[in-house]
Amino acid sequence: MEKIKVIVGLGSCGIAAGANKTYDKIAAMQKAENLDFELKKTSCVGMCYREPLVEIIDQDGSYLYGEVDEDRVLEIIEKHVQHNEPVKEYVVHTELFPTVDDSYFKGQVKIALRNCGYIDPESIEEAMEKKAYEAMKKIGFEKIPPAGVIQMILNSGIRGRGGGGFPTGLKWRFANNSKSKEKYIICNADEGDPGAFMDRSLLEGDPHAVLEGMVIGAYAIGATGGIIYCRAEYPLAIKRLNIALAQARKHGFLGKNACGIENFNFDIYVKEGAGAFVCGEETALIASVEGERGMPRKRPPFPAVSGLWKEPTNINNVETWANIPWIILNGSEAYSKYGTDKSSGTKVFALTGKIKNGGLVEVPMGITIHDIIFKLGGGIQDDKKFKAVQLGGPSGGCIPEYLSNTIVDYDSVNATGAIMGSGGMVVMDETTCMVDIARFFLDFTQKESCGKCTFCRIGTKRMLEILTRITEGEGQEGDIEKLEELSYQIKDSSLCGLGQTAPNPVLTTIKYFRNEYEAHIRDKKCPALNCKKLLKYEVIEETCTGCTVCAKNCPVNAISGERKQLHFIDQELCTQCGVCYSKCKFEAIRIS
Amino acid sequence: MRIKRIQVQEDKQTSASAVDLSLLDPIIEKYKGKRGNMIPLLQGAQDLYGFIPREVFVKLSEETGINLSDMFGVATFYAQFRLNPVGKNIIKVCHGTACHVQNATAITDAIKESLNVKDGETTPDGLFTLESVACLGCCSLAPVMMIGNETYGKLSGKSASKVIKDIRLKELN
Repeated sequence: MEKIKVIVGLGSCGIAAGANKTYDKIAAMQKAENLDFELKKTSCVGMCYREPLVEIIDQDGSYLYGEVDEDRVLEIIEKHVQHNEPVKEYVVHTELFPTVDDSYFKGQVKIALRNCGYIDPESIEEAMEKKAYEAMKKIGFEKIPPAGVIQMILNSGIRGRGGGGFPTGLKWRFANNSKSKEKYIICNADEGDPGAFMDRSLLEGDPHAVLEGMVIGAYAIGATGGIIYCRAEYPLAIKRLNIALAQARKHGFLGKNACGIENFNFDIYVKEGAGAFVCGEETALIASVEGERGMPRKRPPFPAVSGLWKEPTNINNVETWANIPWIILNGSEAYSKYGTDKSSGTKVFALTGKIKNGGLVEVPMGITIHDIIFKLGGGIQDDKKFKAVQLGGPSGGCIPEYLSNTIVDYDSVNATGAIMGSGGMVVMDETTCMVDIARFFLDFTQKESCGKCTFCRIGTKRMLEILTRITEGEGQEGDIEKLEELSYQIKDSSLCGLGQTAPNPVLTTIKYFRNEYEAHIRDKKCPALNCKKLLKYEVIEETCTGCTVCAKNCPVNAISGERKQLHFIDQELCTQCGVCYSKCKFEAIRIS
Repeated sequence: MRIKRIQVQEDKQTSASAVDLSLLDPIIEKYKGKRGNMIPLLQGAQDLYGFIPREVFVKLSEETGINLSDMFGVATFYAQFRLNPVGKNIIKVCHGTACHVQNATAITDAIKESLNVKDGETTPDGLFTLESVACLGCCSLAPVMMIGNETYGKLSGKSASKVIKDIRLKELN
């Protein structure tokens, strides 16, 4: 009989949720009681809301346990491993019986994330059991020429997953057409978009998929060197990449005559980014690799003609690279079978915000936003009202509830004014203020603007000032129009994507939530009760017991009242800090 | 704009005698003469000292021939590089979208209050530096903060202050 396997999910988010403690506990139990099972590590399966996750595989099949803290470890190991009785109430996913979380898996198609959470990311053997580097072997065995590889990628219809949506095959063809002794391949892992973490999960969970994708790309365009430009904020991803690189070199997948293909010399190294959002832009990224300030430059010449060290360079995003081996191995048609006409395949989304089941989902293009949020995501936290979803991060926009039947593909999402972006999907409920969200994103882009273009540098600053004013109750008539005017000017006069898209969050919120802007400006009210300065705190007569707690805690002594008497908040003195509201045990403070 | 980050506070810079410049030799050896070496050099220096002291800039420039102004330009462009000493524990409060929606401001406010520092400042005892960062990538645990290599998720103002208090207690013992 095969040994029972116990696999702990140790991705960054799992570790943050305490998975290391869970792992240590299991290891300690195994040692103390001399238990006979195989303890293994894997990365994130995407089900972040149930972390820490532990999978147990026995002779009947696989059981995925959720929220396994140290107490649950005891129970699960004792019952399941020692007495062969699965603890059904903690099982979140299995093929053997239905669970409450089945809807999270149903509807997902895992191509890019095919191995994430199923293999030990630090073991090339496990990756190879799951067909890592088979695509490259197929190319060598069937002697597919570079042009044939490019044609396969073109036929699959895959478009850049970093957000731009440019057809990957075309990009490769341009780079292939440039003649030069040296050419470069770059993997863009500078995932700076706040609210997106799929690249991190992929690199942590299945680094070999990304490496193989790059090797295939290098073969197709004739590249001699590869670079993975990864955020320094992802230490675990960098560590696992370096382990994977060493393993791939040892197995001959990288280096001289890589993958056994003669005269194909290619190696990859990891370059740590230094923290600048603008470096996600191709030309800025190249400047940063060259050791300069990460400032974009004018295109053309495109990187495919003159990129890193002025040599032809091809840059793709992590998720794009991870899809490549699957396409080569399974064929273009198998890939384009998923998705819509113009946007084929699948897309990974990072589902976060006010959602019940937050995590990573990979879905075929063409699914509606509503289905992602309510079927996979389980709906809104605390069953509040769904208001909008933010797609595309600081370059994207907010899609309101009434457009939630929009399908996700590049063109449909663009039509709403948002963009697909890298796949961050932040869900907002009725307590989220849309003006504040616009201000939040502008604050981000304003700080991250590299300062090269005047409109981006100064325009975003002026827009931020106006938005801050509005959220503080100082909004004026004409502010909305001024914001719109500035938006169009910044869009028209910026060199790179950062400036061209920076006004999107403002434009979409004005388009869909103009009434909220007007409420802030005209009535000095925040309908979502979010903007502090616009709130009014009052004591509710009926419920106040006169316990004096609020008066004692008020930092500005704005609350007066005798013991056992009704208290009163002086609106002139009140700074809207909210202490009285959180301290009151009788819910006698009202916010309006 | 990014350049706003230039804050040279001469008085806070350590004196030359406090910085052991010989530590730099191995990284200079490793990267000298290589193209695109400026960022790895600065990253290596920061790993050694926790920040990049003025003397280090001068030494790196002398040894590698990179212009001092170019080096300073790069160091001030990227958020990663610090020109001032930092506390023993760097508290990174995430202000990514997901955390913002889940009220990350309350976390920063609570820590500001309990440490009595502003964003970006270090406590007088040198134990803590408070920082706001764009995104730590643990969005589903929002709001989160990171201290050292430890990530704390699903925080409230109260629980964040408690974490700080616990660390302080540990440090004092």
